[in-house]
This record gives sequence, structure tokens and C-alpha cells, in this order.
Amino acid sequence: MQSPAEIVPHSTGVVGVSWLMIALPLLGAAILLLGGRRTDRWGHLLGVVMSLASFVVAVLAFVQMLGLDPGKRRMAVELYQFIPGVANIGLLIDPLSISFALLITGVGSLIHIYSIGYMSHDPDRRRFFAYLNLFVSAMLLLVLSDNYVGLFIGWEGVGLASYLLIGFWQFKPSAAVAAKKAFIVNRVGDFGLLIGIFTIWTTFGSVAFKEVFEAAPGAQQNTLTAIGLLLLLGACGKSAQLPLQSWLLDAMEGPTPVSALIHAATMVTAGVYLVVRSGAFFEAAPTAQLVVTIVGVATLLAGAIIGCAKDDIKKGLAGSTMSQIGYMMLGAGLGPVGYAFAIAHLITHGFFKANMFLGAGSVMHGMNDEVNMRKYGGLFSVMKVTAITFIIGYLAIIGFPLLSGYFTKDGIIETAMEHNQILGWLAVVGAGITGFYMSRMVFMTFFGKRRWEDGAHPHESPAVMTVPLIILSIGSIFLGGFLILGNRFMQFLAPAVGLPEELPSFHPFSVPGLATLALVAVGAAFAWFRYGAAEVPRVAPRGSFLTTFARRDLYGDALNEALFMRPGQWLTRLAVFFDNRGIDGLVNGLAAAIGGTSGRLRRVQTGYVRSYALSILFGAAVVVGALLYVGNM
Amino acid sequence: MNGTTITAPTIEYALLAPMLIVFGAALVGVLVEAFAPRYLRKSIQMPLTLLALIGAFVTTVLTALNGLPERAAAMGAVAVDGPSLFIWGIILILAFVSALLINDDDQFVAQAAAVPGSVDEEEAVRSGFAQTEVYPLLLFAVGGMLLFPASNDLLAMFVALEVMSLPLYLLCGLARRRRLLSQEASVKYFLLGAFSSAFFLYGTALVYGYAGSVDLRAISEALGSVSGQQTLLLVGVALLGVGLLFKIGAAPFQAWKPDVYQGAPTAVTALMASTVLVAAFGALLRVFWVALGNLDWDWRPVMWGVAILTMIVGAILAITQTDIKRMLAYSSIAHAGFLLTGVIATGSAAQNSQSLSAVLFYMAAYGFTTVGAFAVVTMVRDAGGEAGHLSRWAGLGKRSPVLAGIFAFFLLAFAGIPLTSGFFGKYAVFTAAVGGGALPLVIVGVVSSAIAAFFYVRVIVLMFFNEPAADGPSIAAPSVGTSAVVALAAAATVVLGVFPQPVLTLADQAASALFIR
Repeated sequence: MQSPAEIVPHSTGVVGVSWLMIALPLLGAAILLLGGRRTDRWGHLLGVVMSLASFVVAVLAFVQMLGLDPGKRRMAVELYQFIPGVANIGLLIDPLSISFALLITGVGSLIHIYSIGYMSHDPDRRRFFAYLNLFVSAMLLLVLSDNYVGLFIGWEGVGLASYLLIGFWQFKPSAAVAAKKAFIVNRVGDFGLLIGIFTIWTTFGSVAFKEVFEAAPGAQQNTLTAIGLLLLLGACGKSAQLPLQSWLLDAMEGPTPVSALIHAATMVTAGVYLVVRSGAFFEAAPTAQLVVTIVGVATLLAGAIIGCAKDDIKKGLAGSTMSQIGYMMLGAGLGPVGYAFAIAHLITHGFFKANMFLGAGSVMHGMNDEVNMRKYGGLFSVMKVTAITFIIGYLAIIGFPLLSGYFTKDGIIETAMEHNQILGWLAVVGAGITGFYMSRMVFMTFFGKRRWEDGAHPHESPAVMTVPLIILSIGSIFLGGFLILGNRFMQFLAPAVGLPEELPSFHPFSVPGLATLALVAVGAAFAWFRYGAAEVPRVAPRGSFLTTFARRDLYGDALNEALFMRPGQWLTRLAVFFDNRGIDGLVNGLAAAIGGTSGRLRRVQTGYVRSYALSILFGAAVVVGALLYVGNM
Repeated sequence: MNGTTITAPTIEYALLAPMLIVFGAALVGVLVEAFAPRYLRKSIQMPLTLLALIGAFVTTVLTALNGLPERAAAMGAVAVDGPSLFIWGIILILAFVSALLINDDDQFVAQAAAVPGSVDEEEAVRSGFAQTEVYPLLLFAVGGMLLFPASNDLLAMFVALEVMSLPLYLLCGLARRRRLLSQEASVKYFLLGAFSSAFFLYGTALVYGYAGSVDLRAISEALGSVSGQQTLLLVGVALLGVGLLFKIGAAPFQAWKPDVYQGAPTAVTALMASTVLVAAFGALLRVFWVALGNLDWDWRPVMWGVAILTMIVGAILAITQTDIKRMLAYSSIAHAGFLLTGVIATGSAAQNSQSLSAVLFYMAAYGFTTVGAFAVVTMVRDAGGEAGHLSRWAGLGKRSPVLAGIFAFFLLAFAGIPLTSGFFGKYAVFTAAVGGGALPLVIVGVVSSAIAAFFYVRVIVLMFFNEPAADGPSIAAPSVGTSAVVALAAAATVVLGVFPQPVLTLADQAASALFIR
């Protein structure tokens, strides 16, 4: 196996100023937030410009990287030494981070542009763009940092931006609650990550990627497993993997561009980035790696099942996001081959999922913000661009041959199959369910009878919204094949994550591949019979036990409530009790003791110069006595 | 010394140029007072003072660039070495900054000789008199401060101590408002200062009795060779220490500090709190490291006690203060304690230079923040002059958010929050102290920092989270000088907190060769 290339300092060209990628959107956010209402008129344009500028820097840095020998493509850019050797801020520009940077700024810019149209009637559009810029900046810090502390700062930054954006319409109680829920669930994961970073620090004496990855293989097995599991806990929180998945569905309360950018295309993939970036730990800790794959498979099935039962178009897409990130997580647990497929799937997913979310937004835009698919139907003829681009995204996600998702998802399934048959077949089943629920969504929305509410006048969205859709759908068609065929992406990523000895070759007619296609076809056909050919009732039928199970998000919330919330409430009550009686008593007692001492000592300060002189004399006597005592000892 | 002919001493004028410029300008200032008409004096004195300080700073830099001598100058009386030059640099910059504050008309009494509240005083105020003697006094004090840490023999050091202190006693009594408080501060400072000088002088005599010389190098050499006079030496060392510890305000010799800081005109307080502390620490380091370096096993335990007591007394007593200047005075006592941990952390040559570098950096960082904080104090005024009582500061953040924000920033720097200069000062000193085996001292230091953080943050809470009083103080429109001081101090506090490396490197270079003998 070829190991990752060495990280070498680099400071020339665009790479040397790659901090601009982070700084520009941050500046945009600062201007928009501090400038207040004065910036209302042009705020959204500034936001777009900052995001695009960041994208340009990323592209130029990428071009510069392509001009370098593959062995020299891991470039460390030192920005600031806080305490030399202990706390530095620097960037790591390598194939992995630049891939993310391109996705974040590219898709991010498209979503910025789309939001101009989508948020045009919102009085707080400027604030929205400020948060979007803040998000882009934090996300770039997360993926570009060359150490875990910088990564963590970015990690918390995206958490903050996500919280602000989910609760953007905070006048809606459901949005406010959803924002809080996302924040709290993420906190659990963040603590895992934080403790993981502490463990890394105590084990290796550093948090810099370069040093800790070099030292990782030499560390104790148990320590590595612990680090791996803690990092995975962090990843589960941010990427909505089991058991920390419950926040993502509620997060759809945010404006749709947010769901597209943060809760589908970029932020939720941060966990996958973390696992792939920390590959050195996971490869040295097989147990942790196994847990990653199990979490991935469990989530991809859970997300798919939830997706089957949702009538809210955005929640359906959110379930599908969970499920697709499950695939990526599965790939991330499979070593270098898996990494390449996972990241490739992450990138193509960024395109087709953003494509579909924005499409859903476009539909909602035309339908008075209606999200219930039971009240859609037959929209194909009234919004053709939206429908066609959405259907391209749909075909890509179910793995229709030769579209993006076909190549990347199949790669993960094949690799999993070689690794462990059970995991592989479960992933195939997941693909089949995907075929069902995504088809259901398309049939219910664009085909069949019109079940619109009275007063709905669906219309196509303006060009500022449809052009991004078209661009994204082009990516949904071609990107997968471009990345996977000839192992192009794997070779590109090799300096960052390593390369296996035996490169996988693409077999279009392997058993798992054919089985996947067959199951997807069955799922789609079943969806056609249920929702395409048959009448869709406008009110959801009661459904079987299984349907309720899926509608209730597999009882995830109920589980959380029973297992954590209630005992948690008891625990806090208990803690408050002890805090009041015990800790506060101690702390306040200590404070009172210090204050009392202060008050008493203060009386020594009489203001009389004679007593000061006396105190000096006394002090001098003590010093002389002490020195004589010590000297004659 | 016993020669029959007296040879003229050789003086390296170039090396002493910074001091000579300052003293020369001071003398010219006295002549100006004597001969220039009253209405012209200020416009002559002010540029003269600033130019002298700039000139002295430039010559200090030039001396540093020209390479340092191996031996002490002026027949072994003045050691111009790395630490001296670094300290001179700090003192001259801080004195320049303080001079800008002193230039503010509203600080000083119209006529010091007029009895407070008398008709004379009213007349002096009405005719717009100004006590322009403050400028030459300032220059004399600064000259003394330059000599004090560079003196290589105890007598020169004593002379420097007096040259530094006498003008300060006078300056303390010149406040424009609350003159009785100011004069009381002046007399207290004078009496106690004289008292402590006597200790220093007595210690010098005893050490001379032991070593047969007042030269620091000779004392150091005598430590190994003279025997049987141990008591003489130890008592002498103790008394020398008392004299020096008084100047830095270490406990139990700190009693003068709050009273004097409160009573003195705030601009003078700023000068004392920054430059005098720096000069006195320079002298303390030189005596205890150069002359008594080989005796460190004996003095270190006592210094431990003094440092611990100083940190705790400073931090704890500050909590119940209700006057902002008194609070800052106690904070200054606590900081003297933190600096003492660096003085104690001696050991190998590498350890010594690390400790020395840390102390030098700390003093630079602390000096700027202190001057800035006192500059802000001069700007918060009500009808009776400066609004010193803390309750008057309530809600200041709502009236003037920028100024309150800057003051809050200074307080955070005092507390040692990261990204301020105070953090790196403490970090450097405590790291050096741990390296020197003084871990318990560092623990006390960190605990006192935590206690100290309480009263710093309390002021911030007061400024930003309390409702302003109806008749609260207003912010005086600051003069150009005062605004410049605040801006400069804030900039220094930020830069030293975010990009400390250049100054840390400079301090390292200054400390690398340690003191010459």
C-alpha cells in the first residue's frame, strides 16, 4: 500500500493566500451583521460576491495543486503562531481538503445565488446571507485546518451557523425548538470530539495532523480505539448518524436553501471528513473501523425506512440525506479504497441532493410554501425546469446507470462486499429501499392527479432560482463517471489518504451491481403502483405498524425522551439540589471567606503613616530573622 | 583605592548618553523655569521633555545596535548591558507616554505653594497659572530611573534611588483637585521612602563591612572567600532587600502604595505604576543576581515567602476596594508578586536567561497596560474631578461604549486572558518559574490570578451590566495626548498579546548574556 505523502510547508502562489477562502466570507458576515439595516439593500449581493470570491480562490489553489508533482500536493500554510510549538493556526491544502473546499464554495455559491430569489420577500434577507457567509467561512476552517483545534473551532462555527439558520424564522415555535434540538444533540457529539482531541493531546503531545498521524501507528491499541470511537461520536452528531440522528429531520424547519446547503450538501458531511481525515487512527484501530461501518449501515437503512413514510417533501429528503451519509460513513470505514468512493459519493451527493432540495424549494415557492406531498401531484406540466432537474437528481440518487450516483454508490457497495458480505448485502437492500421512496416522492409530486389546495397557482420559479438547478443537475449527470472511471479521483486523493496496492476496476455487470439495479427497479415499480398508477389520498391513511414506526422516525425521539430526557431531567434536578446545597455552599463560603479576610486585612490599612512605618519595621525584622535562620541552618 | 595620586576617572560618555541627555534636558528645564516668562514656559518645557526622551531612546537603540561592552562603564559604576538597555527602552517609552498624560492641564495644581482652599489658590486658578516645574521634575526622576537598574555599585544605586524618588515625592503632591489628599500622599511617600532608603543604606554599610567594597562584582567575589562574617552579610542582605522591596511595593512593605497611588495626580500615578516598578525590578535583579547570585540558597526561601505574601495580599485586598485607583494599586502589588516569581527562578545560565527574559517581557507588557488604564481613569470625570469611586463607574459602558470597552480590555489584560499581553507575560514568568523549580509558587500565582480576575471582571460587570447613575460622571473630551496614550496602550496590549514574538525575541536577546559584572 502506498502511504500518504508528507506534509511540507508551502507559501507561494494562491496556496500561500488560501486563508482568503476563509477570511472573505467571514468579512462578509461581519459587514452584514455589524452594518445592520444600512446594508439591507445590497447585503445579499455582498454575500454572493464573497462566496464566489472564495470559490475563485479555491479554484486557483486547485489549479496550482494540479501543476505540482503528486508527492508534493500536501501543503502546509502556516498562518499564526500563538505559542510556538503548542498552539498554532495553519492550513493544510491537500487533495482531500481542496475537494471539500471546491464543493463548499461551489455548491455554496450556487445556493447563495438561488437564495436571492428564494428569500426575496423576507424582510431579514440580509441576516440570512450573513449567516450563510458565516457558515461557509466556518466550514472552510473546519476542512482546511492543519490541526484538530482549528478543525474544532470550525466545527463549532458550523454548529452555530446551523443553529442560527434552523431557527432563522424564530417566530415559529417549531423552528425555535428544532434549532435548540439540533444544538443540544450536536453538543453530545461535540463532547465526544472534544474528549477525543484531549486524548490525542495527552497521547501524542500535539494536535497537529502532521505530527499525530506520523506517531499514530506507534500508539497503544486501546488508546487508538478510544480515540477512534470518540471521533466517531463527534462525527455521528454532526453527520446525523445513529444514535445522534434525531435532529436532522427537525432541522428542515429552516429555510430550504439552508436545508440544501447545510443539512444536505456540506455540513452534515463533516463527520465523513473527520473520519477520512483521521484515517491514520482508524486504520490502526480495526475495532473502531468496524464500528464506523456498522454505524454507517445501520443509518443508511434507518434513513431509508424513515424516507419511505414521510409526506413532507423536505423530511423525505432529510431521511434520504441520513441514508446517503450512511453510505459515505460505510465507505469511510473501509480504508483507502473506501475513502475515495466515500468522498466521491459525498461530492456527487452534494450536487444531486442540493439539486433536489433546491427543486423542492422551487416547488414550495410555487405552492405557497406547502410541503405536504399529498397536496402536490401533476406538477410536471406547470414547472418543467424544476421537474426535469429534480428528476435528474432523483435518477442520480437511485443509481440509474451512467448517472453520478450509479458510479459512486456502486463503488461503496462493491468495496463493502469485498470487506464483509453481510454489510455489503445490507447496503444493497438500502439501495432498493432508496429506489422505492425516491420514486414515491417523484410520483407524488410531479405526476398523478392534481391534489392542490384551493388557491394554489403553481408557477415556474425565476431564472435566478432555475439556473443553479440546471448547473447542479449537469453535475448530477456527469460528475460521478468523471471521478470514478479510470480511478481518477482515487489517484487524485492518494497523496492525502494513501493508495491501495490493487486498484479496483469498474465492473458494470458484477453480481452486487446487478442485484442493486434489480432491487432499485423493483422498488421503483412498487412505488409506481402505489403512488403513480393508484390514487393518492389527500389525508395520510393510518397505515400498518411499520408505517407508524417509520413516520415516528423509528421512535428515535421517544427513545431519547425515555432514555435521556427524563433521567436527564431527574439528574439535573438532583444536580441543582446538590449544587445549591453543596457546591454553592462551598463556593460561596470560599468567596465569603476571601471577602471577609479582605475586609479584615483592610483595617490594617489605617492611613496613619506611623503605623505603616511600624509595619515596615516589623516586616524588616521578619526578613532579617528569616534570612539569618535560613543562612545558619 | 589606597594610591597616593588621584587619577581622573574614565567615563564612557557614549554609553551613558541616554542618561546624560535626560539629565541635561532636566537642567535646561530648571533654567527655563528661572529665566523664561511664565506664559512661554509650557510651550518650551513640553517639547524639550519629549525631545529629550526621544533622544535618549534613540541613543539607547544605537548603543544596543553597536554591540555591548564586556565590562561596566564609568570605573565599574554603571553596567550598560542587555537587560539595562531593554529596561531603559521600556522606561523611556513609558515615560514618553506618561509625559503626554502629564501635559493635560487639568491634572496639576495651579500654584503648589498656595494653601488649599485659600484666596491665593483662587487667584492662581483665575490667572491660569500652571506649575511647569513638573517637566524638569519628571526628567530628573526618569534620569534616576535609568541609573537605578544600571548601577553596578551600591552607592551609585543609592544615589540613583534618591534622584529617582525625590522628584516623585514632589510630583505626588501637585494634584489639582483634592489637594489635601494629594499632599498627604506626598508626605507619606516621602517619610516612608526616606525610612526605606535608610534600610537600603544601612544594608549597604553592613555588606561593605563584610566584603570591603560596594562594587557588585567585588561583593560577588567576596562571597566565596570571606568567612566568619556570615551574620554581618545576612543582615546586610536583608536590609538591602527591604529597601528594594519597598520600591516595588512587595508585602509587607506595600502599605504606601494604595494611599500614594490614590492621592497623586493620576498622570503621576501612571508614571510610578509603570516606570518605577520597572526600574526597581531592574535594580532588585541586579543586586540579587549579580552581587548575591552565589547566596541564592539563602535568600531564595525568604523571597518565596515575600512573593507568596505579595500575591495574596494584593489579590485579596483589592477585592474590597471601592476606589478605582486604589484597586489598581493593589493590582499592581499583586503583579509585583507575579514578577517576583521570575526573580526567584534562578538556576543554570540558560534558566537564568529564560527567567530574566520573562521578567523583562512581563514588565513591558504590564507597563503599557497600566499607563493605558490610568489614562482612562483621567477621562472619567464629574464635577469634583476624576470620579474615583467605583459606584460612579456603573453603566459607563452604556454611555461611552468605546472607552469602557478599551478599559475592559485593559482589565482583561491585567487578569491575563489569552490574546492580551498579560497572558503572555504571566505565561512566560510562570513557565520560567516552573523551570526554576518553583512550582508551588506558580500554584499560588495562578490561584491569586483567579482571585484577581474577580475584581477585574467585577468592574467590567459594573460598567456594562448595571444601570448608569442619573448624575453619573461624563467622559471628558480627551486631549490629543490622552487619546494617543489610550490608543497606544491598547495597541501595545493587543500586539503583545497576538504577535508577541518580536518583543519576546528582543527580550531573549537582551537576557541572553545576562548581566555584566
